[in-house]
Amino acid sequence: MDGSRACETLRNKLLFHKESLFLSDIPRPTPGTGEMLLRTAHQLTVENDGIADTATLARGILRADVIREICLHLEPYQADEKPITGETVIAKDLTIDSLAIMDMVMELEDRFDVSIPMSVIAEIHTVDQLADTIQDLRARG
Amino acid sequence: MGLFDRHAGLLEAYRDVRTTGIDPFQIRMGRVLSPTQAIINGKPTLLVGTNNYFGLTFDPSCMEAAIEAIRAEGTGTTGSRIANGSYTEHVALEQEIAQFYGKKHCMVFTTGYQANLGVISTLADQGDFLLIDADSHASIYDACKMTRAEVVRFKHNDPSSLEARLRRLGDKQGGDKPGNRVVVLEGIYSMLGDSAPLKEFVEVCKKYGAYVLIDEAHSLGALGANGRGLCEEAGVLDDCHFIVGTFSKTLGAIGGYCVSDDPDFDILRVTVRAYMFTASPPPSIVASVRQALRIVKARPELRKQLWDNVATLYDGLARQGFKLGPEHGPVVGVHLPDRETAIGFWRAMLDAGIYVNVAVPPATPNGVSLLRCSLCAVHTSEQLEHMVEVMTGIGRQMGVLPPPKLRAVSGR
Repeated sequence: MDGSRACETLRNKLLFHKESLFLSDIPRPTPGTGEMLLRTAHQLTVENDGIADTATLARGILRADVIREICLHLEPYQADEKPITGETVIAKDLTIDSLAIMDMVMELEDRFDVSIPMSVIAEIHTVDQLADTIQDLRARG
Repeated sequence: MGLFDRHAGLLEAYRDVRTTGIDPFQIRMGRVLSPTQAIINGKPTLLVGTNNYFGLTFDPSCMEAAIEAIRAEGTGTTGSRIANGSYTEHVALEQEIAQFYGKKHCMVFTTGYQANLGVISTLADQGDFLLIDADSHASIYDACKMTRAEVVRFKHNDPSSLEARLRRLGDKQGGDKPGNRVVVLEGIYSMLGDSAPLKEFVEVCKKYGAYVLIDEAHSLGALGANGRGLCEEAGVLDDCHFIVGTFSKTLGAIGGYCVSDDPDFDILRVTVRAYMFTASPPPSIVASVRQALRIVKARPELRKQLWDNVATLYDGLARQGFKLGPEHGPVVGVHLPDRETAIGFWRAMLDAGIYVNVAVPPATPNGVSLLRCSLCAVHTSEQLEHMVEVMTGIGRQMGVLPPPKLRAVSGR
């Protein structure tokens, strides 16, 4: 009986990942525009008052660091010789399953001290998008 | 694109699972003879995978109560509590469960799945935060799909991981995220049989003003001096705001419940759709569950028998070198190196007349392949010792265990 329960758990976790029903109020990055978004975010913050600017600087992280950390987690799932880049579609181009993706996200959350809601995870497809989300949440403090 | 194309990956994995010739997820019990025995594929088989922790499915007093209830009130209620009203026995059962926990309120659901689904998805809504253990049951994940609350997972059984996530939400009172924080835990996790470090979790929840909901599905009867579950065992019953449980394991029937001291709890009766829009439990179920609960209270020796059996199986398998779940539990998870080995092992056990559950990736936490055994108070030690022997034999044949050490025989 619980074998089937296990299967259900899986199926439902998978479904959750693919078909999240609700949207978060956190704006989502657009695919392929990671660097652009980062610059935009910085400009916005600079235009803000001094307090916000200080807060952003205190929690600021280098995009390269985020990407490097993500790649470290994804390397074991590399399907072939193709390198992992910002455009790599995590669930498609690699051999990682959706549960492992969610577990990897938990590790990244703790590494960068942010929480990524499940509905947001469901909308992330590429390495760039994941990096953008982490940077965006970091900046919000 | 066909309707089922999206399940192509799952279909492929499922096909693999069936390569042994028997589908572990469609096993047919030819006839169930007792809590521990059935005829499967025409052969008497020992059942060690049915969550029937106290063996009450065949308890004569529970069976009689159910039969009597059918004679008195028929086979079904044919409607929901809000539309068709409650039977006197529904209300009596709710009062008895509330008393069992020393809580003020109880709501009974038609299944345990619906209890989690309905309560969790209703307690947290837009602007609120649901924090769930990464290894949560499907019913908890499904509840998360039904709510507009923000859902965040924390690492399995890791209070510091929960604390980090609560801390990031900031100050509930003065911060920019004022919504309620609801933390969802399970007493015993159904795959590896491990318990939550509940006391530590409760401390963290108190510190951050979070509500605690604990699902005692696998711990009812098994844990606590009175069998109330982990909340009793850990001494934090009063700090658990919502306790959910099921009738389908220790109590040997089907159904679910939620108890709470919250004065406004009964509003859930007109807000939880999984309660409002489904038929209420039939009289026979209510009657057998009430009797089963009496037995849980009156016969603590069943709990001792269960744990003695856990020790026999767990320690027996550990001595032979099997890699097991982290601690003794009514569920004993046996780690195997990969999916193929697990399925082959499962099939060999079935051929040897022992039924357990097989759990393989990606259905399992951390991608492990498991044989999942669940103990029953009425297993005999002989049955379990036999099981250890059979598993040791299969383990050696399959190369999971090292070959037996040859003992030097000294002649005199």
